[in-house]
Amino acid sequence: MSGLLPGFADPVLDAQSAFRAVLEAMSRPGRVQRLQRPPSPPAPLCPAAGAVLLALVDAGTPLFLDAGADALEWVRFHAGCPVVGDAAEADFVLAAGVPPRLAALRAGTDEDPQASATLILQVEALEEGAGWRLTGPGIEHEHRLRVVGAPEGFVAEWAANAARFPRGVDVILCAGDAVAALPRSITIREG
Amino acid sequence: MYVAVKGGEAAIANAHSWLAEERRGNPAVPEIGTDQIQEQLTLAVDRVMAEGSCYDPALAALAIKQARGDLIEAIFLLRAYRTTLPRFCATLPLDTGEMLARRRISATYKDLPGGQVLGPTFDYTHRLLDFALAAEGAVPPPAPEADPGEDTNCLRVTAMLAEEGLMAPEEVSEVEPGDVTRTPLSYPAGRALRLQNLARGDEGFLLSMAYSTQRGYGNNHPFVGEIRQGEVTVEIVPPELGFAIEIGDITVTECQMVNQFDGSRTELPQFTRGYGLVFGRTERRAMSMALVDRALRAEELGEEVAAPAQDEEFVLSHSDNVEATGFLEHLKLPHYVDFQSELETVRAMRAAAMHETMREAAE
Amino acid sequence: MSAAMQAEGYNFAYLDEGTKRMIRRALLKAVAVPGCQIPFGSREMPLPYGWGTGGIQVTASVVGPDDVLKVIDQGADDTTNAVSIRRFFARVAPGLRTTERTAEASIIQTRHRIPELPLREGQVMVYQVPQPEPLFRLEPRRAETRRLHALADYGLMQVKLYEDIARHGRVGSSYDHPVMVGGRYLMSPSPIPSFDNPKMHMSPALQLFGAGRERRLYAVPPYTDVRSLDFEDHPFVPLRANGTCALCGARDTYLDEMVTDDRGGRLFVCSDTDYCGTRQAEAVA
Repeated sequence: MSGLLPGFADPVLDAQSAFRAVLEAMSRPGRVQRLQRPPSPPAPLCPAAGAVLLALVDAGTPLFLDAGADALEWVRFHAGCPVVGDAAEADFVLAAGVPPRLAALRAGTDEDPQASATLILQVEALEEGAGWRLTGPGIEHEHRLRVVGAPEGFVAEWAANAARFPRGVDVILCAGDAVAALPRSITIREG
Repeated sequence: MYVAVKGGEAAIANAHSWLAEERRGNPAVPEIGTDQIQEQLTLAVDRVMAEGSCYDPALAALAIKQARGDLIEAIFLLRAYRTTLPRFCATLPLDTGEMLARRRISATYKDLPGGQVLGPTFDYTHRLLDFALAAEGAVPPPAPEADPGEDTNCLRVTAMLAEEGLMAPEEVSEVEPGDVTRTPLSYPAGRALRLQNLARGDEGFLLSMAYSTQRGYGNNHPFVGEIRQGEVTVEIVPPELGFAIEIGDITVTECQMVNQFDGSRTELPQFTRGYGLVFGRTERRAMSMALVDRALRAEELGEEVAAPAQDEEFVLSHSDNVEATGFLEHLKLPHYVDFQSELETVRAMRAAAMHETMREAAE
Repeated sequence: MSAAMQAEGYNFAYLDEGTKRMIRRALLKAVAVPGCQIPFGSREMPLPYGWGTGGIQVTASVVGPDDVLKVIDQGADDTTNAVSIRRFFARVAPGLRTTERTAEASIIQTRHRIPELPLREGQVMVYQVPQPEPLFRLEPRRAETRRLHALADYGLMQVKLYEDIARHGRVGSSYDHPVMVGGRYLMSPSPIPSFDNPKMHMSPALQLFGAGRERRLYAVPPYTDVRSLDFEDHPFVPLRANGTCALCGARDTYLDEMVTDDRGGRLFVCSDTDYCGTRQAEAVA
């Protein structure tokens, strides 16, 4: 493990700061948050995805990730989480490439909607003010979010995901040091 | 002008220094040592460890001292400390069959392999206040010791019955049990979590629930198959070693209650078991636990669930005295905002009712 | 707060990082499913159950050294339990500033009130919740209420409200009046007076709720529809004492009634001490 990159510089306070950014992102869907002190994870993980992972996953959360051996070793070392080979068994799914279909991930049950997966989706860029039109809880009128590098057909998949509310997958979008979130409760229309 | 009387930082600090003074009592009387509590109030220490879910007699003694002898307060102190401790690993299951028993009794057989061993018990004492203890007592002479006979390995009563096919076999599971201290209960909780909950439940609550089953609230015909009390070895398997090592001995009390079961369409009549295992020498709670465990198996055994002690959600969600006392005592906190809205509601309802009465009288 | 008064040997904000992560994950799910009670592995805290352990655990999982924390109980910063909880965080969260000013706070932990000053974006409200299950008086079995929430079957509550109208002529619990969140989940707003219920609707602040003893947390994201349960012909009407604050003259705030003598003397003062104090200071200026 000689080449292992460090995690958070301050595991307590940097995790808190990263969590607050994610909480803010989840509470105001489509607003882009900048992480203050993200770690520098191995490629292809971006700093924001690294920060979200270290802030949220641990021995209690099975993780699926498609980001290669270096990323896997890094997350396992710093977070100590079990890694699963089937995305359908994971609490957290990290997709650096083409993500698994939302319908293939855990959606919880009507009695336990919280037993659902969170997809951490790496994209090229996140920009407010243009692109998708988001409405729903957390949004006063409408938020606009341009997601550069969004998976093909995502908006249609999202409609199906939102339609099974309160079941469903929540998505955290990461690009560079930026995060935005799409809780299952919101509606996305193409801009 | 009216000045609102509200508690402040100073009031709290003053109250707590008064508390410290009261705890110490008359300074002319020597201060009680935690070692004295640990050695001489052993059953209080055992109860605090059991309900505090933390086997540490010295800490339990400290908690009792700090709590001025209020055991629920002491249990709370120990629990709050326990939550902050790191977890290294889980122990292997205790083997009470290998217990070095200081007490072992069975009510179901006159004699049995391993013998009846009374041990240090209150049973058969005459409850007469011993005024000699009020004086500076001399150290009592050592109790006579028996030769360690050959019958040191005590066969279990339940195993004897099982050999004859009379004891319903227990379900064996290799699944890692949950942990009531980490994960909230949901119902049905299942027996493993139930036993965990009961093992740290309030002794008074368990006793009352158990007692209710004896008085007909729940279909229980219990016999003490066996109570054993003594030291067992605690072992862990550190991941880096891969084999078991002993980390110490603890004192536990185990109770196996034997209950008649009428049988069903698919099963012959046989006996079923209620199980109790607790830290220390708290025999009353081990017995209560065993009775309540058996009562809670009603559904599993196809019995009618009619009594409080058979109702899993009712029993498990009200057994914890730290939760119960906190919520009960929170009524002491100010509630004047809610009370004000009740006042307004009652006044509005009275005004409406009076208006109605007057209107009717006028007609 | 001097370093000496800070608790030694405990992590920032008391909870260990594993517990914080568990609560943080639950909070994110709570925000994603507004109004839905999320079970969490509530820990024993050094304060008793029923005295704010749920709120404390939520605050401890959210708070950072850059935050400014306000703690109120019954609307006041100087009630004993508010003082005690504020002092707890000052001891275990080095760097954290505390305040009594609603406007300055980034996190407001509360028991039984929502401040009078409208909340703003960037603020987090943390409610202490004794009983998260709005149906508990009608159906005490949580295994059953969980099923009712799954089915969005709130007929029991409708019947109860209807009976209230028949008996009392009005909709209404005077406090802890249930709300529908996002048109889907029936939720306890915690025992706030019904006067405060409308403040939850479309609030710019994030609202988090913690019930430690019952091991549940839930959330209302900002700008979320929160409706007090009522009927078209019997609309929900929040009640307040029909009086004027004797200290600041406010006629639109929630009032505490003070008994001034043993001959029936009463006067009213604002329950929100910061709001009242600010108004008094402005009147002098």
